[in-house]
Amino acid sequence: MDPDLVLLLNGIVSGLLLGGLYAAAAAGLSVSFGMLDVVNIAHPAFMVLGAILVALLWGATGIDPLILSILLTPAFWALGAALYVAYHHFFERRGDEAIQGLAFFFGIMFIIEVGLVLTVGPDQHFADASYANTTWRMGEVDLPLRMLVPALVALSAIAGLSVFLRRTFIGRAIAAVAQDREALRLLAINPTRIKRLAFGISIAFAALAGGALVVVQPVDAWSGHVFIGRVFAIVIMGGLSSLGGCVLAALAFGVVENVTATFYGPSWSPAVAFGCLLLVLAIRPQGLFGRAA
Amino acid sequence: MSDTTLPAVKLAAPRRMGHGTFWLASAAVALLVILALRGIGSEYAYFAATFVLQYVVLATAWNILGGYTGYVNFGAAAFFATGAYATVAFGKALGLGLLPCIGMAAIVGGALGFGTGVLTLRLRGAYFAIATLCLSVVLETIVVNWSYVGGSRGAYVMRPREVPWPFDTYSGFLCAVLVVLAAASVAIARTIEKSRLGLGLAALRDDEAAAEAAGVPTLRLKLVATSISGAMMAVAGAPLPYLGSYIEPASAFGLAYAVNAIAMPLIGGTSSWAGPLIGAVLLSSLQQAATVTISSAGNLMIVGVVLVVFVCAAPHGIIGLFRGRR
Repeated sequence: MDPDLVLLLNGIVSGLLLGGLYAAAAAGLSVSFGMLDVVNIAHPAFMVLGAILVALLWGATGIDPLILSILLTPAFWALGAALYVAYHHFFERRGDEAIQGLAFFFGIMFIIEVGLVLTVGPDQHFADASYANTTWRMGEVDLPLRMLVPALVALSAIAGLSVFLRRTFIGRAIAAVAQDREALRLLAINPTRIKRLAFGISIAFAALAGGALVVVQPVDAWSGHVFIGRVFAIVIMGGLSSLGGCVLAALAFGVVENVTATFYGPSWSPAVAFGCLLLVLAIRPQGLFGRAA
Repeated sequence: MSDTTLPAVKLAAPRRMGHGTFWLASAAVALLVILALRGIGSEYAYFAATFVLQYVVLATAWNILGGYTGYVNFGAAAFFATGAYATVAFGKALGLGLLPCIGMAAIVGGALGFGTGVLTLRLRGAYFAIATLCLSVVLETIVVNWSYVGGSRGAYVMRPREVPWPFDTYSGFLCAVLVVLAAASVAIARTIEKSRLGLGLAALRDDEAAAEAAGVPTLRLKLVATSISGAMMAVAGAPLPYLGSYIEPASAFGLAYAVNAIAMPLIGGTSSWAGPLIGAVLLSSLQQAATVTISSAGNLMIVGVVLVVFVCAAPHGIIGLFRGRR
């Protein structure tokens, strides 16, 4: 085959795998930002917190990082629920969420990151899964398990979440709170309780994404920064509250970034991806997969 | 639509200081600060004062868009770095000194602000915030790949050997320049706040649809606010290369500038010109003290904690505490 074509094909495939990781990172935000309207800019910081905890636990126990991250989810759920209680008490109740709420999460993000630097140090942490050095080859295309396994775990978790949101009573209540919280009150459901639960789920997803991240690459306290723009970009391009749109946007984002990096060098890939987002925001603010308001 | 569509408002406060008086007062304060710093005369005092003052300019500039108009700009670092790199680029290309470079930075920053405004006209709230964050990433990538200004290796900017007349060292001159810039930006912010433009921006912040319906030219006011704010943020960054003689993209676009630009006005109070001034002086002196006594990671921790405590406990900032809860 033509070497350029092979390169392109490999770029697309590894972009799709990278997109799986991005989907994991963005799914939680799709719940909190897209459905609950809570602009949790600290979401990537929670992901990094999860990643570093997984790395430390992996160092202590040697259990597979992805299993560890699943074990971490209840703790992160509780953390998220507690954070939402504080957020609701101080901002949402008063109707001050716009600027103050954003600043609140900005501050939380800094506290998490600097707290990590002060406690575990600024160096990189990693966790080597047993399959990390295996690569499947399908013809000319490489499928590194280091990328494939986290992507598959992430996508199946998102599929589970999507089923939960569609089929169960609580899941539908979460979807409903996104549309009209007052109507929820009329059904004798407490919207605050539902939002607390949903915000917990979004932070639990950050822990899962952290597990996936630490399998893919070494993580330091500041790794979340590059993800802030990416995950918000993905959620907006995906049309906010749609999980399916979020996954598609994540895959597209991964492919664009990776193909750019393959052909023009990695230093250009952020600009192309974010340029796309700026264009989407300027031309089609409801997202590529969203419906017009 | 013209300015005449705005209803003339008579403010009740009788003892209001006129614009001219305020500008004179700021000039007097600036002169006093320069003399006081000259009196101390140590290099570190100059450095610390320059550090604090660049944040005064940055926070005041951010507040024109963020506080008066209600549009949260997460890309303050992008504008700041634009100013810094304007100094590098124009200094290298045309051999300009610091002062003309500050002027060029204002033009470039204003144009960038105007462009941002045009591109994001339809966006509100969180979308605008995220668009500015993206802008920051795009600009950083461009600068990293632009080898003329040093790319990711960074650029060295030599301080001129001869020092302008009344100053003994270049740091003293740099510090005096920033004192003037800070005084001017505070005065500009107050002039905007107390003028018809400020009233229009406040109407825009409180309810954009209602303001539009009442005949406030929201579109034009938004563009004016983004341009002025962008120009002033770039001016804040313009002296940065001379401060450390070295500049590189990762630190110029650092999130520390973005978070500080937001935290300082919020801590001081966003509704008035005094808020960002108080917040910037408090928070940056605190950080400067923490950097010297604890560690540079510790100083960001302080910003985070102070920011969270303030937005929770004092939603209208320090100014709000004194005015009583509304």
